[in-house]
Amino acid sequence: MQYHTPGSFEDAIAIASFAEGVTRFLAGGTDVLVQLRADIVTPDNLIDVKHIDGVTKIEREDSGWRIGIAVSGAEMSEHPDLHNEWPGIVEAMDLVGSTQIQGRATLTGNLCNGSPAADSVPAMIAAGVSVSVAGPNGTRKVAVEDIPVAPGRTSLEKGELISAVHIPARGSDGADAYLRFIPRTEMDIAVVGCGVNLRRDGKTITEARVSLGAVAPTALLVEEAAEAIIGTALDDAALETLAAAASAACNPIDDKRGTIKFRKHVAGVLARRTAKIAYERAGASI
Amino acid sequence: MDRPNGFKFVGTRPDRPDGMDKVTGRAKFGADATAPGMLHAAIVRSPHAHAKILKIDSTKAEAMKEVKAVVTRADFAEGLTGENWNILENVMAGDKALYDGHAVAAVAATTPLAARDAAKLIAVEYEVLPHVTDVDKAMAEGAPVIREGAADKSVPDGLHANVVRYHESGHGDVEAGFAEADLVVEESFKTEATHQGYIEPHACLGQLGSDGKGELWCCTQGHFIVQKTCAALIGIEASQLRVTASEIGGGFGGKTTVFIEPVALALSRKANRPVKLVMSRSEVFRATGPTSSTSMDVKIGMTRDGTITAGEGVFRLQGGAFPGAPADLTAMCAFAPYALKNVKQTGYDVMSNRPKQAAYRAPGSPMAAFAVESVIDELCKKLDLDPVEVRLKNASKEGTKSSFGPRFDRIGLVETLEAAKAHPHYSAPLEPGQGRGLSCGFWFNHGGETSVSLSLSEDGTVALSVGTPDIGGSRASMCLMVAEELGIPYENVRTTIADTATLGYNDVSHGSRVTYASGLAAIKAARDVVNKLCARAANKWGIDKEAVIWEDGCAKPAGPNAGDFEPLPLARIARTMGRTGGPISGHFEATPEGAGMSFATHIVDAEVDGETGQTKVTRYTVVQDAGKAIHPSYVEGQFQGGAAQGIGWALNEEYIYGEDGRLQNAVFLDYRIPVASDLPMIDTVIVEVPNPGHPYGVRGVGETSICPPLAAIANAVSDAAGVRLTELPMSPPRILDALERQAHG
Repeated sequence: MQYHTPGSFEDAIAIASFAEGVTRFLAGGTDVLVQLRADIVTPDNLIDVKHIDGVTKIEREDSGWRIGIAVSGAEMSEHPDLHNEWPGIVEAMDLVGSTQIQGRATLTGNLCNGSPAADSVPAMIAAGVSVSVAGPNGTRKVAVEDIPVAPGRTSLEKGELISAVHIPARGSDGADAYLRFIPRTEMDIAVVGCGVNLRRDGKTITEARVSLGAVAPTALLVEEAAEAIIGTALDDAALETLAAAASAACNPIDDKRGTIKFRKHVAGVLARRTAKIAYERAGASI
Repeated sequence: MDRPNGFKFVGTRPDRPDGMDKVTGRAKFGADATAPGMLHAAIVRSPHAHAKILKIDSTKAEAMKEVKAVVTRADFAEGLTGENWNILENVMAGDKALYDGHAVAAVAATTPLAARDAAKLIAVEYEVLPHVTDVDKAMAEGAPVIREGAADKSVPDGLHANVVRYHESGHGDVEAGFAEADLVVEESFKTEATHQGYIEPHACLGQLGSDGKGELWCCTQGHFIVQKTCAALIGIEASQLRVTASEIGGGFGGKTTVFIEPVALALSRKANRPVKLVMSRSEVFRATGPTSSTSMDVKIGMTRDGTITAGEGVFRLQGGAFPGAPADLTAMCAFAPYALKNVKQTGYDVMSNRPKQAAYRAPGSPMAAFAVESVIDELCKKLDLDPVEVRLKNASKEGTKSSFGPRFDRIGLVETLEAAKAHPHYSAPLEPGQGRGLSCGFWFNHGGETSVSLSLSEDGTVALSVGTPDIGGSRASMCLMVAEELGIPYENVRTTIADTATLGYNDVSHGSRVTYASGLAAIKAARDVVNKLCARAANKWGIDKEAVIWEDGCAKPAGPNAGDFEPLPLARIARTMGRTGGPISGHFEATPEGAGMSFATHIVDAEVDGETGQTKVTRYTVVQDAGKAIHPSYVEGQFQGGAAQGIGWALNEEYIYGEDGRLQNAVFLDYRIPVASDLPMIDTVIVEVPNPGHPYGVRGVGETSICPPLAAIANAVSDAAGVRLTELPMSPPRILDALERQAHG
């Protein structure tokens, strides 16, 4: 195994482009190192991206935020303004692992690991987050929902890596929220996850995005669920339609973590609960 | 009771003597042992639930320059019988791999990574056989036979070959009893296997020469049994193998046998180098003993006034690919809390393609209580009776003929029920959506072979050697009891877990026996020392030994007639002991048989989220008879620990097998033991009904605390959900299914 510590994205791209065999990028390492030790993946090339300039910074960008690819969950949680503007994203990331893991784990890593149950991913999709993908042919901007393509697989090509995460401007009268279901209270993996981001005008919801995790091979952006609440004051009927749309969008598996039936049902329950939190955070009351 | 009146040290709460080592990292656990020239080992395990081993080819592994030895079954003793054969077969597979994770070969190399790589290079050819992992399916017609001829004579004709032991006990006429009842409730239950979940994986360092002399350091609940078993499995004499127990990061019954120790020794013998072997967490789950899974039917009759007229139970336990599931104990514990005219219990020990079950805290009893106490709860609900009153009405007490045969000596069940009834928890109002559950539980407790030795230093401090690894703060309790007898400060006593070459034989730290049996022996050894100290004083004073008493740490004349002498403190006698007759030490060896039986009553409040099926335990109170609490903090710790493990077992822990017979959740991420935030503060009430079999009245407390939780939590959840839960774990999908069935009538 070769271990690399490039000092720039250009170097990282060059190493990744010419690397043979299995390549993994190492940021916090909270997935890669575990997989390595459990004999799930033994990379031929391990490219540590933490030495690249600027990767540990959280910066303002177009009234939104630019999150470096090695920023840890703890740094996001402790940032004075990020949580006020995007509590859903920050809390979703904060749900990952323990305090120790939070000191290492990153948004980008959570996304690139490709797990359908990654907590931060539905929250980012709901918030309309995009990422910069840098590669041999330059840099392109990609919506978060277009990064995972299957469990453990992403749309990134050989030689490509994510170089930044872009969170849009919050704007007024809007808020996001994320909830997940786990059988315990922490240190667990989502059986269902749900992110909701919305904006209101008075009591009426004018914009919404709803995303579900752990109920399909990749996190879903559920447009029918968003449509169910846009134009409503999140009354009971709207909540019921939302729940039904969320359940209907699920394409889960039966496994040790939950059954198909359970996941579909709980997706509806969480969609309702998450939407209510986002709605109240946006300054409305039901 | 030798001391009806106050204790000076017993009942106080000093810091544990091993505490500083543990919080500073100085304590040495199993994996901390090292030796010059040490090799590292890895084990090759079967990926199949049931398969014939056709060929093991280690040529490629042995070609690695780092590899120093490879062992298979051929490197262990032949001609073993009985349980030693079973253990060997589990430690290293013979003709067949019997479960996913069964060891088939092992390799020792110069580094851990090389050992891992070498293990991957050992090619095993299998012929996969049909498998079975469910207890009911394993005893049904047509189930694959795990091992022909494994059943003993207790099994009636006509049962499947996987049923290997049969137990039946009770008294009276249950049919007549049911006829007298106003209401009979009959229900079937299932519980899944759970793992002890100790935080420290098994680890050892073994060294064995071709001369048959060896040393072994390991984390175990009983190094004497490790010595005896390893010697048998590798074919050497027991006394030539010295075994030292490390500090232990939890055992809960699961470290009362051997898994990797004989393998390290066999590799060491072949490589002629010390060999270290440390299990991964996944190996611990796949290949060390979980508890049995069960399938149970319980039928109980009751009159309108709450008198139980008859109880009958059938208990089927799956114990993995070997005989030994504690079906007899499950059956015997089931109705033990109640004085019944008519009772009958039947137990089936069933083999399946799972790891060999190991003891887990009161083995077999928690499941029995789950079934019986759920049915009693249902009867109370249907007859509108108070659950405490009904239990009080039927409670076993001194003189009651127990459900399993003998009459009870002095026991404290009624006292725990009275204390529960009086506890504010029992009458506290419930929030909407919450339910309350109550359950009693029973465990026998155990004595066992015990040897201790106590030696004085010239500075007046004393060293106690015991042979029972400290799994629950027992060194603190031993120091307290010796301090009490000798009348010297707690800090002046140091207790050490001595190795197998230093002390006489000791049974394992199991059966909640240590504070009872090693404690009793420590007290007797201290009294032996006191006798010798008094004799030295008598000699110095020139009076009869009988005229000297020991009081407040000093030899004193028994009365004015004995003479007028200054009291002689222990330190003064010790300082000159070399000149007054030689070193002073005391010892005691026995198999004490007065371990007092133990009962507990638990009260639980739980809240169920009707939309997700998630349960939250909101309040928990443990009331248990400790006989006499030597160190109350560690007694409370045992109470809380049993409740915490019970919460995990009841709500989320389970062995999940796929269709392929492979364990699906061999990591802590998916084997869901409770995390701290899952638990409420667990309140404890220590009841003290002295055990007549111990000088201070001690009863073991480690195991009884896990007997009531499954039932108490199930009763609380059933109360909150409005539907009876009969299957563990009560995971969210299972609770939602029950709610749905209820809604659809």
